[in-house]
Amino acid sequence: MAGFFTVSIIQSAMELGCIYALVALALFVSYTTLNIADLSTDGCFTLGCAVGAIVTLSGHPFLALFAAMGAGVISGFVTAFLQTRLGVESILAGIIVNTALYTINIMVMGFSSNVNIFKASTLFSIAHDLLEGIPLMGSWYKLFVVLIIVLTVGILLAWFLNTMLGLSIRATGDNPSMVRASSINPAFTITAGLMLSNSFTALSGAVLAQYQKSCDINYGTGMVTIALASLIIGESLIGRGSMLTRILGVIFGSCLYRFFVALALRLNIPAESLKLVSAVIVAIAISFPYLKSKIALYRQMQEAKQRHGEHK
Amino acid sequence: MLELKSVSKTFHPGTVNEKQAIKKLSLILPEGDFATIIGSNGAGKSTMFNAITGNFFVDEGEICLDGEDITFVPEYKRSKYIGHLFQDPLLGTAPHMTIEENLTLAYLRASSGNKGLFRMVKAEDRERFWKALKTLDMGLEDRMKQPVGLLSGGQRQALTLLMATMVRPKILLLDEHTAALDPATAEKVLAQTEKIVKEQQITCLMVTHNMNQALAMGNRTIMMDSGRIVADISGKERENMTVDGLLELFRKNVGEGLDNDRILLSGLN
Repeated sequence: MAGFFTVSIIQSAMELGCIYALVALALFVSYTTLNIADLSTDGCFTLGCAVGAIVTLSGHPFLALFAAMGAGVISGFVTAFLQTRLGVESILAGIIVNTALYTINIMVMGFSSNVNIFKASTLFSIAHDLLEGIPLMGSWYKLFVVLIIVLTVGILLAWFLNTMLGLSIRATGDNPSMVRASSINPAFTITAGLMLSNSFTALSGAVLAQYQKSCDINYGTGMVTIALASLIIGESLIGRGSMLTRILGVIFGSCLYRFFVALALRLNIPAESLKLVSAVIVAIAISFPYLKSKIALYRQMQEAKQRHGEHK
Repeated sequence: MLELKSVSKTFHPGTVNEKQAIKKLSLILPEGDFATIIGSNGAGKSTMFNAITGNFFVDEGEICLDGEDITFVPEYKRSKYIGHLFQDPLLGTAPHMTIEENLTLAYLRASSGNKGLFRMVKAEDRERFWKALKTLDMGLEDRMKQPVGLLSGGQRQALTLLMATMVRPKILLLDEHTAALDPATAEKVLAQTEKIVKEQQITCLMVTHNMNQALAMGNRTIMMDSGRIVADISGKERENMTVDGLLELFRKNVGEGLDNDRILLSGLN
């Protein structure tokens, strides 16, 4: 195993896992909590990536993260506005915003489909300079940065979901008829929830831009499926317990997903077919809980049959 | 105090399904009154409740609560001070949230409304929840960290009652809230209802299909038919009223007998 998985493979899987975990956390808010499939995720991720790259390029790597989150908040607001004020179906609202974001993302990148920020200083280059000379930190500084970001977001999210607004958002997705009879305005909670989730998605994009030192219009393609797979892996492994435990489970699920992808790459699957591999992993991860229950039922039936046979 | 001033509501106007569910309905419910409501199917009981909660806006008339005109106040704003329990015990609580989280949400919303969005539950609030759950005598106080989806219908309804009354509502609307429960649990929830309403002197309207219950609980009984109030008894008249007398009163005022089997059967025991 040690020969098969080198340290650097594990390292980069963990790094990417933590970065993409932010999108999985976004879906944890919109999909698991609010029960809305937010299909603007792909576009919003690229939006965060583009805004993050441009602001980083102008010499503000920290500001880049917050600028990207702000852009995500606006994108989430528009998606929510279409749903709650203009009566557009939630899935359709996401698709519309996703389409619009394609153009906006090209515009953000200065009417180009990609941006390179190789020369700009990023959070990672700053951390590299700061941690230089500290033993063991040599190659782990990237993981260190992304861990801090994802854990901060995770802990803040766990806190938020237990505040009154957080509980209201959870109730909105959990029991619409209860919400109608209590003083919660679903239009407000859906808007707040989608603004929050899209800020995470965009943050993830911004961190990836600094990590890859570039932004490409295609970075976000398929993001919603990948994040959903991470979320479902995390939820089916660690789906119970306190809010913080569940959130850590989602982060863990995202890292695990990256290990699966790394595994696939190690098996010499060509890079061009990576999206196909992703789709297969996603399909397996999503159907796994269903298949598990089917298999359990099948076993039960087999046992019952056997017992029947004994009685004869 | 609740005032309905000749309120009307027609559903599906201009279609073959047009139905005037309540017709020029007027009702004054003074502070602290606990009125029970009985009536045949389609009498407009639930429609009246939904008009009060703001589930829809009425076509005509005016609705006032504690002197404030709430006719066109949106539902989510009114519900801060209106408690509403339905027949289906699943409607009032969030199944994937714990008992404590459900109580927290109800308590924070009723006590601070939309102010203090980031407020959280304090240790003393938790203590309050524990004590309140203890009074239900269902063992729920030891299961506060469990999701509500694991509770039985009766337990969920008792919890909903608690959530609706933890901060005293201006009015409590009970829409056959024990009808879907087994007799023993229904008894328990009803006793709890009576206790809470009495202790906090909550102004309350309760729909029931049980005529004995309608006469035994509260201090006033209202009969409805075809979107109107056809009888409204309280005081001495009510004290001396029997189930047969109630049926007779209905026949006299409406011109025909009550046609709800459930109500009629409930009068037998």
